[in-house]
Amino acid sequence: MTSYHHPEVRAPRASKGDGPGRAPFEGGLRPPPQDDGRAPGTVRRLAGFARTLRDNGYKVGLAETGDALAILASPAVARPSSLKPALRALFCATHSDWERFDEIFDAFWRGEGMRQRQILSGSPSESRAPARKLAEAHVPQEALGLPEHAERRSGGEEESPADGRGRREGASRVESLSTVDLRHVVNPDDIAATHALAARLARTMRARLVRREQVRRHGRRLDLRRTIHRNVSHGGTLIELAWRRRKIKPLRLVVLLDASGSMSLYTAFFVRFLHGVVDSFREAEAFVFHTRLAHVSPSLRDRDVTRAVDKLALMAQGMGGGTRIGESLATFNRWHARRVINSRTALMIVSDGYDTGEPEQLGEQMRRLRRRCRKIIWLNPLIGWRDYSPQARGMRAALPYVDLFAPAHNLESLAALEPYLARI
Amino acid sequence: MTIAREEISDKLAAVGYIADRDIATALWLMEFLKRPLLLEGEAGVGKTEVGKALAAVHGAELIRLQCYEGLDQNAALYEWNYQRQLLAIKTREGIGENADAIEEHIFSEKYLLERPLLAAIRRDRAPVLLIDEVDRADEEFEAFLLELLSDFQVSIPELGTIKATSIPRVVLTSNGTRELSDALRRRCLYHYIDFPEVDREAKIILTRTPGIDTSLALQIARMVAAVRKEDLRKVPGVAETLDWAATLAGLELHDLRQEPEAVYETMICLLKTHEDRSRVAREVSERLLGKVA
Repeated sequence: MTSYHHPEVRAPRASKGDGPGRAPFEGGLRPPPQDDGRAPGTVRRLAGFARTLRDNGYKVGLAETGDALAILASPAVARPSSLKPALRALFCATHSDWERFDEIFDAFWRGEGMRQRQILSGSPSESRAPARKLAEAHVPQEALGLPEHAERRSGGEEESPADGRGRREGASRVESLSTVDLRHVVNPDDIAATHALAARLARTMRARLVRREQVRRHGRRLDLRRTIHRNVSHGGTLIELAWRRRKIKPLRLVVLLDASGSMSLYTAFFVRFLHGVVDSFREAEAFVFHTRLAHVSPSLRDRDVTRAVDKLALMAQGMGGGTRIGESLATFNRWHARRVINSRTALMIVSDGYDTGEPEQLGEQMRRLRRRCRKIIWLNPLIGWRDYSPQARGMRAALPYVDLFAPAHNLESLAALEPYLARI
Repeated sequence: MTIAREEISDKLAAVGYIADRDIATALWLMEFLKRPLLLEGEAGVGKTEVGKALAAVHGAELIRLQCYEGLDQNAALYEWNYQRQLLAIKTREGIGENADAIEEHIFSEKYLLERPLLAAIRRDRAPVLLIDEVDRADEEFEAFLLELLSDFQVSIPELGTIKATSIPRVVLTSNGTRELSDALRRRCLYHYIDFPEVDREAKIILTRTPGIDTSLALQIARMVAAVRKEDLRKVPGVAETLDWAATLAGLELHDLRQEPEAVYETMICLLKTHEDRSRVAREVSERLLGKVA
């Protein structure tokens, strides 16, 4: 166990004096803590705690665990009341880590090292650490797509004869898929193809956006300081010139996806699209909301596409129920907007606008958002339906602040967005 | 060791920083583990003050690096003194020195300008290095900072590698305008500073505002806490509270309840946007006052 110890950890004695005059390079290494005295059980439980934190999305490495052992061994934290703040400072890396820590700590140390699953299932804030829980929920694979569709097949599109379609591959089919309303994409193979298209679409968008940006990079001016520096060896005669380019920051895309019951037919598809976006834009953030708002970019950055999408699709399903768009936006404005939104941010809200909250609140929150970001795009799958007009009260309250109100019921409509994004 | 931590909190109080219990632990841990401390929190909760207080506690020098967009190594680490270099070249050419000798000469320590990061690792006694608003700097700079924080050495191509003579205590603050990299976060201990609770804020007011009476300080702290609960664009920080307390003390008020008018008018110290100002209108101000005072 001693091998876990951070080699640089010094005896705590060193900091006990008045502080000034310490010489960090001196001072012996910390003597190995009395593991024997401290029952190997402590060490094991600490390792268990580290694992629990890791399971809950904390970034805890060996170095942290080693430091934690050193803290445990120091007499300063003999009482649990001082252990908690110490471990919190060590293990937390973000504000959300910070907020969840107490709960996890209490559950673990008071609950005699109970395992992660049990903690989360009984906890009121389980949605805050959804990824892990969802991954463990063992929902059959078939449920991850759009399960409701299976029943509707008979009454569905004439375009979807049940047999043989899945095996055929080809441009024409892909082509036609891009215009089919996503509600009607039912065949698992088709679903897969649609999702692949969505991911590819997101990547193309990114590529084109970047290219357009580079064409604009012509503003050059002389970097006088570097020029002089570079020419000092020529005796100050300016021979080599150093140029300065304007650094253009890439467009940042922030997507808020409505995962409420009324959107359920589209959610799985958009989750895939989100993954594509987060994966290929250098700066992108994704949020999912229904009655609450969840920041999902970290789960989406999972290397394993299927797993990432599964996690989120499940999360979105778990979220069914009423939609509180206004409240979710308020949460976004209060906790996330400042961090994720800058003046080069396009905000994309994907929602049908059926809000069970107050439309006034939605309007107010939209007004605030409008002031922060460059463009607000509202994608509404319902626009694709015939005879749709934005009657939902929430939708009407939000509309004045929306720069682009566009359909999103099929891939083609998403692709149509790309030139618009490129102009931003 | 418990003493040492309590000692830190006593010393913080002695230098005028009223700490919550947990920050004393974090500062103690910084010493214990020799890791930098990353502080986050709303604007105005006193993140920068922690760095200053820490320097005072240890009687160490405070070296501050204010980050901004476009901050580069020239401004943060070192810079050559070009004017002097050019001058040296001209004069030495005049006396017919050869080019190699000149180059050797002009790229020596004499022509090196220390910037905060280099200064921080070249002191004989460990200073406190305060890297303020690190989220404003670019990602490239963050990566560079990470390297410096783990190796505590700097390589200057013309001069060679400079090793730290002392390891500074490093405090980083972030306002959360940009997400910091996981690597940097993991390198650091973390502490989230919240707005102080009423009692602590009252203590802060008492410490920082000379000649204010306890009851008024408490009233002010309660009032500010109530104002913070309103739906504001810019939530007033501790600095604003202190401004307001100084103003009220300057007006020689003793009881906020007696002077609702003055309270409303001086609240410009707390509310810094037109929108917030109109949100906390006269009636609202009086209502809050009724509740807290």
